[in-house]
Parts: sequence; structure tokens; C-alpha cells
Amino acid sequence: MADVLVVAEVAEGKLKKTTHSAVTFAQKAAATIGGSFSILVIGDGAGKAAAEAQGLGAAKLLVVEDASLKNYLAERYAPTVAAVAKGYAVVVGTASAYGKDLLPRVAARLGAGYASDITEVLADGGTLKYKRPMFAGNAFGICSISTPIQVVSVRQSAFAAAEPTGGQSAVETVAYAGPSKAAERVEFVSFDQVKSARPELTEARVVVSGGRALKEKFNQVLDPLADVLGAAVGASRAACDAGYAPSDLQVGQTGKIVAPQLYFAIGISGAIQHLAGMKGSKVIVAINKDADAPIFQVADYGLVADLFATVPELVKGIQAAKG
Amino acid sequence: MKILVPLKRVADPDNANKVKIPASGEKIDTAGLEWKPNPFDEYALEAALRLTENGTQPKVRAGEVVVVTFGPKETETTLRAALATGADRAIRVDATDDKLDGDLVARALRALVEKEKPDVVLMGKQAVDGDSNQVGQILAELLDWPMATFAATIREEAGALLVGREVDGGVSTLRVKLPAVVTVDLRIVAPTSVYSLKTPQTHKYNDGVRFAALPAIMAAKKKPLAEVKLADLASDQATKVSYHGFAAPPARKAGIKVKDVGELVSKLKNEAKVL
Repeated sequence: MADVLVVAEVAEGKLKKTTHSAVTFAQKAAATIGGSFSILVIGDGAGKAAAEAQGLGAAKLLVVEDASLKNYLAERYAPTVAAVAKGYAVVVGTASAYGKDLLPRVAARLGAGYASDITEVLADGGTLKYKRPMFAGNAFGICSISTPIQVVSVRQSAFAAAEPTGGQSAVETVAYAGPSKAAERVEFVSFDQVKSARPELTEARVVVSGGRALKEKFNQVLDPLADVLGAAVGASRAACDAGYAPSDLQVGQTGKIVAPQLYFAIGISGAIQHLAGMKGSKVIVAINKDADAPIFQVADYGLVADLFATVPELVKGIQAAKG
Repeated sequence: MKILVPLKRVADPDNANKVKIPASGEKIDTAGLEWKPNPFDEYALEAALRLTENGTQPKVRAGEVVVVTFGPKETETTLRAALATGADRAIRVDATDDKLDGDLVARALRALVEKEKPDVVLMGKQAVDGDSNQVGQILAELLDWPMATFAATIREEAGALLVGREVDGGVSTLRVKLPAVVTVDLRIVAPTSVYSLKTPQTHKYNDGVRFAALPAIMAAKKKPLAEVKLADLASDQATKVSYHGFAAPPARKAGIKVKDVGELVSKLKNEAKVL
């Protein structure tokens, strides 16, 4: 069989947007190997979430619901995902925290090779090759997986969200395969959600990121700019390490990878590991008082200026330009 | 508590833009780059040391930290540095860097874990050369152990660890009963991130990893360092993922400097058309 299985991400009965990037991969991969793709929707409220996956072109929507799947734990999910995956050639999810946690465990269970965070799927005859960034995005490797089942995760910003193509997918209920033995020794305690009215970093059209130079005024300076642009707020690792911004805002090799239409780097020098997280942005604007900062080498528009004076002026300018 | 910490040496991550790719694209040329321990592995070692001591008396060990690396003889430098920082014992699995993948390393680690019987395997969430983020998860599955990935905080409890994990949109807290695999994120070396049962909750560590004092560097030369053959840990040394070529990323076109906010707004609106 040469079919592709997408492992969807579900939160509170909703299909997370991350899923649509994996679907785009699946459409391409299935066409290359001459098969179809199906979507496995597993988790709390999976039945409801599966309805949102209708029209994406999947042959089947496989739904797994069970009371013990309420709070995600890899030890509870992996056995079922692996059991379903046995009928497929390629298993794909998005390299979100969920995908990065679950998919290697699924691969190990299947004795399958795993390639993470891929940015491109290449057709080499009828076989698949994958392009993935390495060395903080300073090199790309082309790899292939030799096992009968291949497991991959895709970088969300490199695969545009799949658009509905119409048509109905058959819905099948799949039985929960039960937890692994390891699940007896892990307990979900809590999830402390960071509440924000802003769009998610990895999905925002505009991202406004700040560096350590903002100090305690991180929010005071950036919030008005993010508000006027409807942007998500990001931060450099230095700003997070110094405690000026929460760590889940970190953009970079070791944080979130973003590729918005418009990216503002404010008071960010442009360390390699930060560039790795935002180089894929369509338009990059840098504001920094150091004219030699490496960020200017990747910025489409650079402004050498004091950010504390410039950003409020920019907010007014954008307001005026938007009418 | 006994903790196994796998360490990987990587080409200096601060100079990763100096990695060279020959025109043939055959391999990545790291010649001339300095080797450094993978930063996440250094953080895992720091977390392991904190879990095996009373933070107010860091010179007294209260547990055992065993470090392991895969590679040729010269990777022993990485292990000696870890011993100087405070690890108790080291193991080098003799291997060639480019004949390994995450799956093979995890399979060999599994055999090592079965021999060493640690309470915790504590490791970096990813190595900053391959950026794969997989060995901890694969190892946990092969052992059928619970895992807590991307740890930002660890509190020791009786027979368990309470781990705060950095995930999308917040912090997820898990309790894993030992033995378990924990992979660490950046914040694990913050002053109040890790507490052993012995360390008072009021104690604050210095931010970051500890450094070795000169006497410790001398003493580390006498600490045990064993060599193991990869074949003794993994009978099947085939890798599942293979690389066919490498390429440099496309260069971004150089942009322009604007003179003021007015020009910036005008360019964004009329030229880039993103407002």
C-alpha cells in the first residue's frame, strides 16, 4: 500500500491549524507515490474536530475518542497512532510541540525511520526525499528513509495550510488501542495556558519581535505596534533569557519558526539562532541603533534609530497610512 | 539518584554560518570550526548535577551522574570537560560521527541503560547541528519508559519528578515516576528551575551552567572513563535515515536602509504592499 496518514492535532474539540500544513504535505506525497491520504483525528472531542477536516480531500477520516485521551500524553496516544499507521507508507504530522513529542515515539514503536521538521518533499522517481534545515538553517540536507513505513514531521511555516477542495471523506471510528505500559508511570498534572488575544505566532500574518534592548519596556513599546497591525508578538532568545518576555514567545532555532508576510525585528541584533527562526519571512523590517547589527543583512528595510523614539512614531505612521 | 546524561559535541553553534558545503554538495565541511558540547546537553548536565546534590553544598555529591558520548577518541575532550564540571563517570561509545542516526544512537543508549540502570536519562531536547529532536523520545519508547520532553523545570519528589514542559501556548506539567527519560529546554538552567529533594526551596542557583575550577579540571583526569564498542550495544548498525546531499540556503537579497519612519511606512505601503 502506498498511502499517507496525517496525524491531526486536536484541542478542545477543534482541529488545530497545524494539521492543515501536514495535509498539504500529504497531498503532494500521496500524488508522488500514487496513493491517497487519510487523516487520523485522535483526542478529546475528535469526532467534532473531524468534521472540520471534511473537504480537504482525504480518503478517510479516522476518528479515535476515549475518555483517557482527554489530556494528551504520548504514552497514551502512541500505541493507537502506531496501530493505525501499520496500513500506510508515510505517517506525517506537523512539528509543533505535539508533533515533536509524539511522532518520534510512534516511529520507534513501528521500527520506522523519522525525519523531523522537513521543509520540502521531493519526488525522486516514485520515491520520496525530504529537505530539512540543519545547523540553525545554515544548511539544508536531502534525506530519505529506508524503512517500509516512514515517519516525518513538517515545518508548519514551509507548507501552506491546505484549502478545502470539496468532496466528502468517509468517516470511520477506530477503537482506542489502550495505553502503553509506560503510561502507568506518567500523570498529567496541569496545563497553564498563556492567555492572549493576539494571533498565534506561527500563524500570524504579521509578527512584531523585540530584543533585549527593550528591557522592562518590552510590552509597553511593542503592544501598540502589534495592536495597530493585528500582529503576534515574538521575542529574541536574549529577551526571553533576561526575563523581559515569556519564553513561549521566543522566535529562533530553539523556539518558534515563523514565516509571516511581514516581520519586525526591533532591537534585535540578529544572532544566527534568531535568524534561523524568521529568515523565511516575506518582508523583514529591522529597527536597531547599531548600524552594523547582523539583522540588517537579512532585512528588506532597515532603519538605524533609537527604538524607544521610533516605534511610537511608527505606530502613528501606520495608523495614518491605514486611514 | 543515578542519572545518565548523553552528550554530543557539535561544531560551534555560534559560528554555524561558517559551515561550508562543497560544490558537490556531498557533505557538510566543518573543518576549522571549533567543537563545543551541544548547548542543550550542557544544560542537561547542569540539571543532572542539581538533582544529585544539595544546592547549598554543591561540593558534596548526593547521587551519581554518568555521561556518555558517541564518537572517535577526540570526543573524550567533551567527556573530560563534563567530569571537570562535576559528573562522576564517563563512557565513550566508539563510533564514527557520520555513520550514526538518531535511531541507532537511541538503540545503543537503550542497551547502555539496561546495563547501567539509571533512574533518569536526562538529555538535551535536540542537538544544534542535526536539529532533529528525536533521540530522547525514541529511547523512551524503546525502554517503554515515561518521558517528559522540553523540560523547563524539574522538582524531585519521592520516586518521581514533577516536570514543567514548554509547549505551544503555555506550560504543561507532568509527573513521571522513575525510571524516566527527560529532555530539557533552555530555561532549565534558570536560578529556580531545578530542585532535588535535598535542596531547600529557597535556594537560588546562579543563572546558567556551572564552570569547572582548575583543581576540578586536574581531578577530572583521574575520574573513570570507559570505552565501549558500538557493536557491543547495537548488533544492527544500519541507519534508517540517510543523507544524499546538502545545500546552502538561498541567500536573501540585500535590502535597503530607510532614512526615517515616514519613508519606512511609505515603502511598506506602496512598494512591499504589506500594510
